[in-house]
Amino acid sequence: MYDVIIIGSGPAGYTAALYTSRAFLKTLVLAGIAPGGQLTTTTDVDNFPGFAGGIKGPALMEEMKKQATRFGASAVSDVISNIQILPISNTTKPNTTNTTNMPIDNEKYFDVKGQSESYQGRAVIVATGAQAQYLGLPSEQKLMGKGVSACATCDGFFFRGKDVVVIGGGDTAMEEATFLTTFASHVTIVHRREEFRASAIMLDRARKNPKISFLLNKTVEEILGENVVSGVRLKNNKTGVLEDVKTDGVFLAIGHKPSTEFLKGFLDMDAKGYIKIVKSQKSKVESENSNTLVQTATSVEGVFAGGDCVDSRYRQAVVAAGMGCMAAMDAQKWLNEHHG
Amino acid sequence: MTDITITDGNFDSEVLKSTVPVLVDFWAVWCGPCQMQGPIVSDVAKAMAGKAKVGKLNVDENPQMAQKYGVMSIPTIMVFKSGAVVKQFIGVQSKETLLGELNKLIN
Repeated sequence: MYDVIIIGSGPAGYTAALYTSRAFLKTLVLAGIAPGGQLTTTTDVDNFPGFAGGIKGPALMEEMKKQATRFGASAVSDVISNIQILPISNTTKPNTTNTTNMPIDNEKYFDVKGQSESYQGRAVIVATGAQAQYLGLPSEQKLMGKGVSACATCDGFFFRGKDVVVIGGGDTAMEEATFLTTFASHVTIVHRREEFRASAIMLDRARKNPKISFLLNKTVEEILGENVVSGVRLKNNKTGVLEDVKTDGVFLAIGHKPSTEFLKGFLDMDAKGYIKIVKSQKSKVESENSNTLVQTATSVEGVFAGGDCVDSRYRQAVVAAGMGCMAAMDAQKWLNEHHG
Repeated sequence: MTDITITDGNFDSEVLKSTVPVLVDFWAVWCGPCQMQGPIVSDVAKAMAGKAKVGKLNVDENPQMAQKYGVMSIPTIMVFKSGAVVKQFIGVQSKETLLGELNKLIN
């Protein structure tokens, strides 16, 4: 039995693990389908404080993992399918390697189901983050990895001297397009509107790049090609006219969606799948002295959440790390009150 | 057994002519998710010792095979049996998924 099971291995997950393991709580990190999270698909991270010269995304995540495991957290690369609440009396013979120095009470525990085994914990922190959003076209699905990609840093290499399109109008689209110019002969940014969500500095950088051009007010109707991408069918949003544009690669940068599908029905979430935070829940100890509200509690007592699976507004590594810390402190306090 | 290094040069002998199923991880040093996939593949190699072969192919150093098999996204993992691709995974895969696939081919 673990004290805390953390689902997710991005900045939120590893920061939570750092805090719970430093508090002598037996901690397990379930790393999921994308170990290290979204930062592992970026190159230079210039806005994580403490790294004056910037740091590579994968390197930063490796450091976070090391820091968390240094204090005893274990990390497993399992993918979770669901969570159940079971009464503690149902526990079969406790696995001796999973014992903890916290006394077992007569309440519930969480049974977290992975691909081939289940993990038992007294508290759960959900830090599953978000993943790239796709257009949802069958042709896109069919050509995934055959010219369709959501990760320029991973796949740009395969488009040396080729023509690619980047779909999207945010910072991610500008960053991916700029990055792709180191390989591709030409990059076309396709965006459905005329205005951009991208920050001025990122947009400016893309506009000044001679290898980048823009197609605005266009949406992707179809990705063309049998075995590999050969083009995209675009619709002009003003005139409705369709046109086929030849290209060798399609990079998607149309935003992210929270990775919370497996928790539907277990936790309350909004229409987009972001986990709802229940702020009314007061810490028992604090309610006597102050009005401090727990900031990371979910609709299920004992389950806390932080990072991009909760936060649709900021979506920054440093914010996710901060929220992971908050979730860890809330979980620790909750454990003290309920299992202490 | 640990994982082996697959190259353009030894692909034929190590992969295509192998008598046991071979899992090949196409990767590169600059690919973040590949850094996460690498240790998982090494674990799979240990778990499958004697039953299947597990190798890693650096696409930077071995462009011929990456091109021949149409790799356009990494990490890509291909499973070969009797010289033919029987399964292809794109993106980081868990140890359980990979072990499951290899065990299916052996049993």
